[in-house]
Amino acid sequence: MSTAVAHDTGAPDAPSGRDVLLEARGVVMRFGGLTAVDDVDLTVREGEIVGLIGPNGAGKTTFFNCLTGLYKPTEGEVRLSGTVLPPKPGRVVRAGMSRTFQNIRLFANMTALENVMVGRYCRTKAGAFDSILRTPRFRREEAQTRERAQELLDYVGLGRSTELLARNMPYGDQRRLEIARALATDPKVLLLDEPTAGMNPQETADAERLIFKIRDSGLAVVVIEHDMRFIFNLCDRVLCLVRGKTLIEGTPGEVQSDPRVIEAYIGTGDGTEPDDPDDIDAKIEAQVEAREAREGGRG
Amino acid sequence: MSTTVDRADGANSPDSSAPAPAPRATGKGVPLAYAGSGLMTASALMSWCYDPDVLGDLTLYGNPAPVQLTMLVLGLLGLVLAMSAKGPLRRLGAGLDTSRGAFRLGLGAVAYMALTLAAITAQAGGLVNADPGAWVALVGSLVLVVAGRLGVSRPSRNIGAMRAKGWVEILVLVALVAIALLLVADGLTLRDPWAFVLLLLGVGAAAAGLAGANAFTWLGVTASYHSRVLTLAAFVAAFAFPLTQNGSDANMSIATQVIIFSATALGLNIVVGLAGLLDLGYIAFLGAGAYVGAILSGSAFATIDWQPPFLVTVIIGALFSALLGLIIGSPTLRVSGDYLAIVTLAFGEIFRLAMFNLDGNNGPKITNGPNGIPAIPELNFFGFDFGVTHHLFGIPITRFSNYYLLLLCVIALIIVIFSNLNNSRIGRGWVAIREDEKAADAMGVNVFGLKLLAFAGGAFLAGLAGTIKAHHDVSVTPDQYQFLESAFLLAAVVLGGMGTVGGVLLGAVVLKLLPEKLRFFSEYRLLIFGLLLVLMMRFRPEGLVASKRRKLEFHEDDEHLADKVQTIHLEEKTS
Repeated sequence: MSTAVAHDTGAPDAPSGRDVLLEARGVVMRFGGLTAVDDVDLTVREGEIVGLIGPNGAGKTTFFNCLTGLYKPTEGEVRLSGTVLPPKPGRVVRAGMSRTFQNIRLFANMTALENVMVGRYCRTKAGAFDSILRTPRFRREEAQTRERAQELLDYVGLGRSTELLARNMPYGDQRRLEIARALATDPKVLLLDEPTAGMNPQETADAERLIFKIRDSGLAVVVIEHDMRFIFNLCDRVLCLVRGKTLIEGTPGEVQSDPRVIEAYIGTGDGTEPDDPDDIDAKIEAQVEAREAREGGRG
Repeated sequence: MSTTVDRADGANSPDSSAPAPAPRATGKGVPLAYAGSGLMTASALMSWCYDPDVLGDLTLYGNPAPVQLTMLVLGLLGLVLAMSAKGPLRRLGAGLDTSRGAFRLGLGAVAYMALTLAAITAQAGGLVNADPGAWVALVGSLVLVVAGRLGVSRPSRNIGAMRAKGWVEILVLVALVAIALLLVADGLTLRDPWAFVLLLLGVGAAAAGLAGANAFTWLGVTASYHSRVLTLAAFVAAFAFPLTQNGSDANMSIATQVIIFSATALGLNIVVGLAGLLDLGYIAFLGAGAYVGAILSGSAFATIDWQPPFLVTVIIGALFSALLGLIIGSPTLRVSGDYLAIVTLAFGEIFRLAMFNLDGNNGPKITNGPNGIPAIPELNFFGFDFGVTHHLFGIPITRFSNYYLLLLCVIALIIVIFSNLNNSRIGRGWVAIREDEKAADAMGVNVFGLKLLAFAGGAFLAGLAGTIKAHHDVSVTPDQYQFLESAFLLAAVVLGGMGTVGGVLLGAVVLKLLPEKLRFFSEYRLLIFGLLLVLMMRFRPEGLVASKRRKLEFHEDDEHLADKVQTIHLEEKTS
């Protein structure tokens, strides 16, 4: 926690006494000459909702990708319940951290139920032989998977859309389905990348209720969001990133009133606005694509 | 079909808001439809030609030859359509688009008669040889087309939601399978290419009419309700096929080749259809199995003097093939899409060239190079010699029939493996990878492991089929395993319907059977298949048989779901 702001003492329900679940230390992500994430720390405790805000191109999603192993951070380490996470998405999920995506990435031609069942993949064991021979173990596990997936769909309020193809579902439902799929991996920490993007106020309120419900069931949640009202309602703690660096970390009240945050979002008015954010996004995109091409299509 | 009951009004039918029990007869075309199909039916009982040597004997009144029987069936189908628009079969008509059905059936029949007249002209020396019957049939078909154009009746209800009593549905399915068996058995005996093409055209016309009337939608839904019955019936029919051949080997040899091809295509279907990995060198795995089978067969030309029991050979061949799959897969599966296609394409060629060169001069003597390994002995299971004719209830079971029955068991095994894998955690993982590899990875799906499993599993099944193919073909040479064969396998998968069993079987049968039967067109087969694939991609990209995922779009067996889909479509339209 290199930031000077004392973030844990302010809010009455800041769960400072609870165990640390997720701990990222000095995460740096460089793409060529561009530093997208620069020495960011993050600590998430049990039952906490942490918000991640910042203008476009601040490196929020890149930071998420570093946490979940989609990118291998240039420097720094990520610990979950004390163990260092390898930068492999599969291992991260098995360790207990799951995520949703900014631009929804469901399995479009699978049903809602199947999508969630895929989420159970890392918690089930039946192999090819079990499947071919339909062993009792396979049948038992398959029944459990189906039951759990249905439970989760009910939990997020999609219990009646089980057999719909994901791509035929309304936008808000797709976001909720992605959350159900992430929950199916039995995570301890849930990372949500702009869960209310493109939602109307009603759907946003639903999403807020859902995230509180998830928190109350004992999970820690990290949320990236641009909707400030949403984030300041929801979060116990908020981290503001600007150009890859931590600008401030603190309670919603502290962050909200900090002049630097306002400045970062709307500029100071003297022409020293941050770089054109879209431009930074485009740069990162181009770098990532170039790297993926070099590595032969695997990110 | 008067027992049809309605479950739910479909969301997709054009006017589900007014669920009238009867079809909306637009009327104008109905009398014409009756007239047209009546003429077609009657024409079958008339003479079509003065010359008794053309297309069987078409000269007799009241005694239809096979070519005329086909027209009789088409005519009766037309009558059924007309009667379900306005007549005794009205309840059936509620779900049928008889306008479109009559139009397409008529068009098919016109094409059928055009070809028949062409055949009469060509073989009897002039159109003057055509008798009134042929002209009546042609006129009847044209009238049916006009009727369809004018409009017979439109469906008022989603046919996919119409269910008959269970036993009626099963009876329909079994009858269809039986008809298919008879058609195949009958069609294969036709020596006259004109007659064979005519039969195909007739079947095509009937299918076009039924598809136009939406009957296939009902069939698809019904088949998925009774999939076990259908599978069983299909297998019984397939097992019964050798019994219809009466000791003749000609068709059985084609049938065995079709089955080997189908089995391999099903293996490829795991790789391409489920896991979405484009493999252009798949034939190499069949070749690997065949070479193992040949080398361990005890042939005088085999380079290894060890002949294990055949079951052991099969397992060795399949495992060797799977091992090759692992070796080629583990470095290459990190690349995807086009790159993987290029690598596998190269692998297929490397395999062929390696087999070509392991002849003792350029490398160790393992495969005898271009000469291959000939004189592979017949299979012998516990004293059951596959090379000689056996008798079952007095019906001769020939050499090819023996192999056919064995291969049928193998393909049953492959189908079980395929569908059990498909409906499991593994299959879901594959589909997830195909849909979005990164998301699958982020959800904890073991992407690399599953890709490797698909690759090795597909190779295993191809190798298994290969070991039997070696004995069936008697000799194994490198030139049997060219790139073109891989391309044909892929074409069968794509044409039939990726990820399905029935579709791929159908695709394999079409691609293997037609060139065998239509020798005269074999020079143009690449041209025609290329064209066929282009047309398929344009008009029916999901393949002949759509997979369950595609079908889900049309399958609404509960009202809520239908409503939901409808509201979503509405939302999409307004947004």
